[in-house]
Amino acid sequence: MSSDSTSFSPVIAGSALGSNAAAPATPKNVAHRGGALNPTVDAIRAQFAGAVLRADVVWGETTVVVDRARVHDVIRWLHDDPSQAYNYLSDVTAVEFRDLEQPIEVVWHLRSLPYRRFIRLKVLIEKGTPMDVPSVWDIYKGADWLERECYDMFGITFRGHPDLRRLLMWEQYKEGYPLRKDFPLRGRFSRSEQLRQALAANPEARYSKEELSIADAFEDLPADMRRRLDTGERTGE
Amino acid sequence: MGLSPRPEPNFTELSGDEPWITTKLDAFVNWGRKNSLWPMPFGTACCAIEFMAAAASKYDIARFGMERQAFSPRQADLLICAGRVPFKLAPVLRRIWQQMPQPKWCISMGACASTGGMFDNYAVVQGIDSIIPVDVYVPGCPPRPEGLLYGIMMLQRKVGNERMSDKSLRNEMEPDPSSQLYIPPSVIDEISEPFGNSVHQTRSGL
Repeated sequence: MSSDSTSFSPVIAGSALGSNAAAPATPKNVAHRGGALNPTVDAIRAQFAGAVLRADVVWGETTVVVDRARVHDVIRWLHDDPSQAYNYLSDVTAVEFRDLEQPIEVVWHLRSLPYRRFIRLKVLIEKGTPMDVPSVWDIYKGADWLERECYDMFGITFRGHPDLRRLLMWEQYKEGYPLRKDFPLRGRFSRSEQLRQALAANPEARYSKEELSIADAFEDLPADMRRRLDTGERTGE
Repeated sequence: MGLSPRPEPNFTELSGDEPWITTKLDAFVNWGRKNSLWPMPFGTACCAIEFMAAAASKYDIARFGMERQAFSPRQADLLICAGRVPFKLAPVLRRIWQQMPQPKWCISMGACASTGGMFDNYAVVQGIDSIIPVDVYVPGCPPRPEGLLYGIMMLQRKVGNERMSDKSLRNEMEPDPSSQLYIPPSVIDEISEPFGNSVHQTRSGL
C-alpha cells in the first residue's frame, strides 16, 4: 500500500497471495453457520487484546463485534498494516431490530483486495446510550457519503466527520430518521404538512458553497458572485 | 448593402381560383396547438422507459406532432410527468411547471405520478396534482405506450375544445387565504384523517 498519493498505482486483486495461490473460485455449498474464520480475526485478537467481543461466520462471511471504544483503532490498523491491507470500504450502515431491548448495530464492510478477504465489523450501541461512533473518514475518504446516509436514515452521529448533513432527505427535514423502527411508514406529519414543508424548501438550497467545487475557485470569482455566495443568497437558508 | 424596395401590397389580385377557407379563430388556433404540442418529459422512474418507447420509431409520438421533444421547460407546452415524485423533488417539479410559458398542459403518466401508487410512504408525493394542475391522468404501472398515446389523444381533444376568449383557462391561482374557497391545512388534515395519513400507524407494529 503505497503512501505516495501523487502517483497512480494499480490495485491488483490477490497480489499479496503470491503466484502459486489458488485461483479464486465461487465457493459452493456454503453452510449457513460455521466454517473457517477469517484469519484476520486472530490477528485482531493478538493486536488488540479484549477488543473482539464476538466473532462468527454466517454464509461464509466473518462478522466481528468490536469494542465500541476501540473500533477506530482496529479499522485504522486493518487499513494500514501490510499483513491485512483492507484497502476498500464497501459499506457503512446500521441495523435496528424490532426487539426494543436489542442494541442498534453499526456495520462496516471491509474488503482486502490484495488478500481477497472480506470482514464485517460491528459495534453495538445499547439503547439509551448516545448514538455516536467514530468516523472513519480520516482512513477511507469514501466513507463521507456512506456515513452521511447512515446519519440521515438512523440518526447515528459519526464523530470527526467533516460535513455531517442529511444526504437523501433534504436538509430542513424535521420528521426524524426514517429507517428507525419507531418511525411511522408515512412519516410523522400529515400529508398536507409534509407537502407544505417540501414546497417551502428551496431546490437550490443543497448546492451550498461547501459542496460545490466553486469553493476552490472562490477567490477568482467576480465580486458580486462572491458577495451572493457569502451572504447565502442562493442557498435560501 | 442596401434595403430592397418594399413590395406593393396587392390584396385585391386574387383571381377566383385561389383556394381559401373560412373558419372560427378558436378552431384554427386549437387545430394548430393540438397538432404541434412540444412535450417535456419529466421522467423519474420506469414510466420514463415506456415514454421512450412511445417516442421511438415503433409507436412514434411524432405522428401526433410531437417530433420535437423539449428538454427545457421554457420551450415546452406539455409536461409529461412519468414516474414517482419524492418530496425532495416537489419544489423542483413545481418550479419547472412555473418556468413553462402559457399555454401549457400536463399529463400525469402512471400510477405513481397520479396517486403515489404503491409508494404510500414518508418520501413520495401522493399524486402530482397536489403540486401542479394535471389535465390527463394515464393509469398503469407502467402504462403501455398505447396508453400514453391514448392519453395524448385525449389531451388533443381537450385542447381542440378550448376557447381563446375564456381567460380563466390560463389563470393560475395561488391559494388565497382570504378566499371563501380556501381550506386551511388543519381542516384538510382533519378531513383526510381516516384515509390519509395516520401518525399512529407504524411499519413494525409497535
